[in-house]
Amino acid sequence: MPSSAPDASSETVLEVRDLKVHFPVMAGAVMRKQVGSVKAVDGVSFTVRRGETLGLVGESGCGKSTTGLAVLKMLDITSGHVVFEGEDITNHDRARMRPIRRRMQMVYQDPFGSLNPRMKVSEIVGEPFEVHGLPGGRAAYREKVAKLLDMVGLLPDMADRYPHEFSGGQRQRIGIARALALEPSLILCDEPVSALDVSIQAQVVNLFQELQERLGLTYVFIAHDLAVVRHISHRIAVMYLGRIVEIASRAELYARPLHPYTQALLAAIPIPDPEIEAGRPQQIITGEVPSAMRPPPGCRFHTRCPQAMDVCKTVDPPMREMEGGRAVACHLHQ
Amino acid sequence: MVTVAETTVQAPRRRPSSGTLHFIGRLFRDKPLGAFGFVICAIFLFCGIFADVLAPYGYNQISPINRLKPPSERFWLGTDNLGRDMLSRCLYGAQLSVIIGLSAAALATVVSVFIGIVSGYLGGKFDMVMQRFVDAWMSFPDLIILIVVVSVVGPGMGPVIVLLGLLYGIAGSRIIRGAVLSVRENAYVHAAQSTGASLPRILWRHILPNVMAPVIVLFTTRVGAVILAESGLAFLGLGVPPPAPTWGGMLSGSGRSFMYLAPWLALAPGLCITIVVYAINVFGDALRDLLDPRMRGSR
Repeated sequence: MPSSAPDASSETVLEVRDLKVHFPVMAGAVMRKQVGSVKAVDGVSFTVRRGETLGLVGESGCGKSTTGLAVLKMLDITSGHVVFEGEDITNHDRARMRPIRRRMQMVYQDPFGSLNPRMKVSEIVGEPFEVHGLPGGRAAYREKVAKLLDMVGLLPDMADRYPHEFSGGQRQRIGIARALALEPSLILCDEPVSALDVSIQAQVVNLFQELQERLGLTYVFIAHDLAVVRHISHRIAVMYLGRIVEIASRAELYARPLHPYTQALLAAIPIPDPEIEAGRPQQIITGEVPSAMRPPPGCRFHTRCPQAMDVCKTVDPPMREMEGGRAVACHLHQ
Repeated sequence: MVTVAETTVQAPRRRPSSGTLHFIGRLFRDKPLGAFGFVICAIFLFCGIFADVLAPYGYNQISPINRLKPPSERFWLGTDNLGRDMLSRCLYGAQLSVIIGLSAAALATVVSVFIGIVSGYLGGKFDMVMQRFVDAWMSFPDLIILIVVVSVVGPGMGPVIVLLGLLYGIAGSRIIRGAVLSVRENAYVHAAQSTGASLPRILWRHILPNVMAPVIVLFTTRVGAVILAESGLAFLGLGVPPPAPTWGGMLSGSGRSFMYLAPWLALAPGLCITIVVYAINVFGDALRDLLDPRMRGSR
């Protein structure tokens, strides 16, 4: 279980306000014009406090990775604000982002594609130092790399090997060491364990937690595996079709999910006991996720919601703050 | 702790100058065929450089009595229609052909890599404009560009190298661009970008090493192509002007005219071209494998 949640008074590291990322859809071979846009992220707001893990869950294509990339400013933001450590970075250009990049790092999903096969581990882990400069020259450099490898549970003499000599779990540890190199304020983890074996997943998730306790790290943890998210997160935001539909502390969300979509997601987690599994009520949502180019009017979930009312088809439910610091966007809870 | 001590002792020793020696050692141990190619290339290069010393006769030393003599003790590779010693001409030819082949192919590769990497990585409008320029260039027949430029600047080795280098370089940039398009989508490139790495750093450290395989293959195939292209130019009087001996010139000049009467005139330069192209190809393949850390230890 995650370390005790930081209290509400601790400093806000990241604040995202009404973030929108729309991708233009072009048509025509010669006279190209925009015929629409994919609203991958369409009005997302959340905050992350220092020392906290915010889990971002939702099914494929709901915009959770796009949200993460936009926070890192790796994508063009259509509108909204991203405030990082008190600084509004929404409109920062490359040059102004450079000093900020050392304070926000990313851990990737694919442990095979995320490490340059032509570089030694020491070069991969040490690259952030070379990019941002490290005082002390080569000796300090090697020492730093050895320390980082030790921190993620690898041996220092692995520094001279190449990525292909490692297993998936070890590669992911190398990726984590690279992200830790500059002691960042925020680490964005984009499905960091979904490509690993279940047995290795637990080890890597535990490593994330250990490092958080030791170094006071702040994570935004993107995943679709609810069991993993439950294990690591302090708070969880549930996304559907470019929006956050519910955000709550881990305990609250799993004990008392309010949004019908959250309820359906939680009901879909298999329980490893056939008797309980057979006895519990089935709540299956049917149909497909609507197109992000033409999201349905009103509540975006109304086309699949088992509890949809007339109002849901016309009025978009706003995010409503509730007691306990949780919020939900649903007409059942207005 | 032993392992830690080892790495710290090893590191300074491996760094400075032993890199090349270590590399050649691995070439001979792991890639015997590639090493063979390397040795052949070195021999031809040696012959070219020291042709003045090695050649028994001058390359333009005419001996009318000894016209079209088959290979003998006196003329190892026979003589041509003017009574010039073929062995001497092939040795001097190594000088010209190997220099033209290697330098034009090297220039072509540099041009291809530069255009391909920048265009492929930056993408967007820059790529669009650049690639339409490449299209236009490729749609021109090579020969017309060559004839126009050579008739302006005059024939000679310099113009031939630069022209062939540019011609093959611009056409080859497509191959490199294609490889870059797939490499740049890797998460490690994204990771470098999100760390704030500069553009030259990403291109040099992340993109280039991962497109080395097509780069080396491009280079080795170009060497042969350039040597043959030079012979075509020599045939039209646009290459290195006679009596300077180039293998291509010998093959397409006297070699073709006296093919039935004196086949050794075509055989000697033809074999030289074949052997050099083959040697560079196997050496290039070995180089490609040795530079890839994933292939280390495999044969």
